[in-house]
Formats: sequence, structure tokens, C-alpha cells
Amino acid sequence: MAAIEILGLEKTYSVGFWRKRPKCALRPLHLNVQQGEIFGFLGPNGAGKTTTLKLLMGLVFPTGGSARILGKEINDPEMKAQIGFLPEQPYFYDYLTANELLEYYAQLSGVAAPERQRKVRYMLGRVGLQDAAAVQLRKFSKGMLQRVGIAQAILHDPKVVFFDEPMSGLDPMGRREVRDLMEELKRQGKTVFFSTHILSDAESLCDRVAIIHKGELQGVGAVADLTSSVEGKVEILWHGSAVPPSLKGLTAECHAIGDTVRAVVREANQDAAIDTLRREGLRIISVTPVRVSLEEYFVRKLKVCEIAAGISS
Amino acid sequence: MSARVVHIAANTFREAVRDRVLYNLIAFALLMSAAAVLVGQISIGIERLVVVNLGLTAVSLFGVVIAAIIGISLVSKEIEKRTLYTVLSRPVHRWEFIVGKFLGLAGTLVVNTFFMAVGVFAALLYVGHGFQSGDGWIVVALYFIILQFVVMTALALLFSSFSSPLLSAVFAFSLFVIGSFAEDLRGFAGMAQGLSRWLATAAAYLVPNLSSLNIISSVAHQQPVSTQLIFSNTLYALMYTGMALCGAVLVFERRNLK
Repeated sequence: MAAIEILGLEKTYSVGFWRKRPKCALRPLHLNVQQGEIFGFLGPNGAGKTTTLKLLMGLVFPTGGSARILGKEINDPEMKAQIGFLPEQPYFYDYLTANELLEYYAQLSGVAAPERQRKVRYMLGRVGLQDAAAVQLRKFSKGMLQRVGIAQAILHDPKVVFFDEPMSGLDPMGRREVRDLMEELKRQGKTVFFSTHILSDAESLCDRVAIIHKGELQGVGAVADLTSSVEGKVEILWHGSAVPPSLKGLTAECHAIGDTVRAVVREANQDAAIDTLRREGLRIISVTPVRVSLEEYFVRKLKVCEIAAGISS
Repeated sequence: MSARVVHIAANTFREAVRDRVLYNLIAFALLMSAAAVLVGQISIGIERLVVVNLGLTAVSLFGVVIAAIIGISLVSKEIEKRTLYTVLSRPVHRWEFIVGKFLGLAGTLVVNTFFMAVGVFAALLYVGHGFQSGDGWIVVALYFIILQFVVMTALALLFSSFSSPLLSAVFAFSLFVIGSFAEDLRGFAGMAQGLSRWLATAAAYLVPNLSSLNIISSVAHQQPVSTQLIFSNTLYALMYTGMALCGAVLVFERRNLK
């Protein structure tokens, strides 16, 4: 059974005061997330990531399609006891202390009274807020609020955790801690679904990612599969300072550093380039595939979308 | 009742206390102290009447202002600050949230009224040098005032579930004023003819009949209150509150939290 099944979920808002006009926030989205995965939901600002999360949390209602989490409908209270959610830029009841806030959320999540305090204490320690347990949230920094947000999302030991921009507002150490936490959740068999536009985080963490742009899904898969779908390049280094004239037609970039020349050629031209260098009697030092990063893939994908949108309009 | 409703109500009460809502009691205490001292000097023989009238009217106005101002922001503030997201993503039904919020504010008003009632009785004790047998009816008047608060809280919550805080405030205070003259409106409806009779009757029964819940003047004159009135007012207030809450739940159940 998939942890999250999204079946053609779509959302159109009515905007305007007098003359209402439809604004599509999410086109029919089909997506499956397997149990135990860390799944990254990527897209630029305004792509539809938060709308999708709000639909899954039952905060807004879909105009079409449906979704199931752990095999249950998204508004099933039984299912909601098994999920955790961290909203984007979370804001909490600032008149409560961190301890009181987590206690309140534990009550709402149905955590039994005897283990409530123990769980709250453990969770405050886990996110590094044990010393601020009795401090009112109105005195918390943005980073501390984000930590409380993460604590409330996993406090009740949910099976599926949804994070909306979890790294937002965190310093490099905080980001590292969140990454470690997500990996720990995965080791515990939890499913983590998180949205982000920080691609390096997604690349290092995710088993699979989906890319969304202007409410439309652009691609889904493992990071390696997505990036390998882009035609690769190869870096060739050789001794010398001259570039054979016949090689110039094959290379994209070529420059000399000291007594070494570096050339980057398309993968399809790799053999032809090596043959040329051998014919010229040049000593090849290395031939290394140049890996396409998720960021590069992402930017290319978005450019293709922009061009397609330009043509259709 | 669901335990989650109780937790939400308790948190709403805590919010009101920490946001210093009960500080109004200081203003009320000052008002009652000043009234008790001044009344003894400027009114001869009717000190008790003035203290009861002034005290209960102040209890009513303080409470209605709190019910309306906090009531209209109960839902809108949670949506605006997005605190609702982490509540409704848990196994909490939307109706539980509305009912919990309502009970929390109603509980705050009951506690507030209790302390103000203590103030009224203390002032009465000061000016009258003791209680009289008819003073017991003041408790019934206070009970009716609490029923007014309950109705106003439910109405404020209803408006808050679909409207902006400013419009909700306008609606709530308008209904309070019109509701305070509901008996007059019903009298007017009885005298009107044709379409205006139909419209006035509809309006008279639609607005909360707060005037029947106001017995301040009669208890100030130590007139007894019939058991039938207590029963009918209780039933009326509970039914009106129930309908307003149902309306709030129906609206909120369908609302997109953008």
C-alpha cells in the first residue's frame, strides 16, 4: 500500500471581488509516494506546493480528484492521528510556553495522559529546546519557532510526516539537524513528504522527487534517474597546451591551465574526441563524466515549460 | 463531549486570561467602589436601587463588549495567524474546533461575571449594611446576563466564521442593540400592516430577544422572577445559541483556509 496516493487532485480558486474569475492553483495531480520514502516536492515559489499540502491536510477542499493517505480518505480522523504536519513559516499560540504548546498538541492528537509529559520532554530535547521549555513562544526566534514546529509535527509518532519548507529560517547547523532528523525518521520506517525550493537539500536527502511548476507536475523519479535523462557531458584532460583543430568542432568548452588542457564534450562525441587526441599523440590524463545536478535539471525543465507556455500563448 | 472540545475550550480560556482580558475586572472594581462611595452621598433612600442598576448594567456591558470583541476574532485570528493549520491537521473535526472555542469564551465570561457579581454584592453590602430578602433575585438577573453573553458569543462566532473582523463587529453590535429592543420591535410588528408587518415580524423573531433577558430594573425594585420566565428564557437562549452555532459550523465546514 502506498503511503500517499494522489488521484487527479486539482484546485481552482475564484478570484476578484465583483467579477469572479477562476484561477487554477493545481492542475490534476497524480502522484504515489511509497511507505518509508523521503519524497521531495520541488518547485519555485507559487508553483502549487503549499496548495497541494493544504489539500492533503484537509485545509482547503479540492475542486476535483481525490487523495488517500495510508489507504484512508484525507478527512478521516483516524488517518489524521497517524500524520504530522509542519506548515510553511509556522506561527503558534505565542502566549503558551513550548512545553504547554506541545502538551496541547499531544492532547489533540490523542496521546494518552500518562505518556504525554514524557513525550513532550523527549521531543523538546530532541529539537534542542529543553532549556527553553518554560519560555513563552512570543520570545522565540524564527529558528526556535521552526524547531517547535518540527517537534509538534513528530510528537505523536506519526507514520507519515509532511513538512512545508522545513529548512526555512534555519541556520546551516539547523538545516543539518533537520536533514539528520529526516534521515532518522526514514530509518524508523516513516514516510517523509517535504516541499522545498532548496535543491541541494532535496538532492542529498530524497529517494524520489517530483517537480511542479505553475500547478502542473513536470517530472517524478529518483534524482539519479531524472538527471541521467538529461544528455550527459564528459570532461577530458590531457598534457600539452595545444588544442587539435579537429577537436574544436566537438567541444563545448576548452581551455588550457598550465601544461594541461581541459575540454568538455557531449557524451555522444566522447569516442571521436579521444580518437582525435590519440591521433595527435597527446597523452590523456583522465576522462570523467560530468554529473548533471538536480539544480541543472530543474532549471532546464522550467525553461522548457516557459518556452512551451510562450509558444502556446 | 469529545475530550478535544474540552482541550480547545481550556486553551481558549487560557488565551483570554494570558491576553489580560480579565483586566477589565480592575476597571469594574474601580467603578463599583466609586459608585458605592458616591451613591451614599448623593442618593438618599435609593442607594440600593442605584447600586443594583449601575452594577448589573456594567456587568452586562462589560461582558457583551468582551463577548463581541473576542468572539469575532476567535476564528479569524486563527486563520490569519495560521495557528489553525496545526490544529485541523490533527484528528480534530471542524465542529469540535467551533464548539471548543465557544465554550472557552463562554467559560471566560462566566468566570468574569462571577468576579463582577462579587463586586456588585460587596458594593450592595457597603451601601445597605446588609442584604435584604429580595437581593436573591440579583442572582437570577446575573444568570440572564450570562445567557445574553452566551447568545452574543455564538452570534459573534457565526459572523466570524464567514466575515472580516470589522464587519463581524458591526453585525454583532447591531444585533445587540436591536436585540435589546426586540420586545418593542415585536410590538411594532403587531401594529404594522401588509408587507411591513410581515417584514417586522420576521425581523423581530430573527434577532435575539435580549430585552426579555434583561430584568435588571425589576430586580433592582426587588420584584420576584417567575419560574416560568427562568425556564422559558433558558430554553430560548439555549435554542438560539444552538442555531447560531450550527450556522457557524455549517459555514466553517465548507470554508477553504487559504
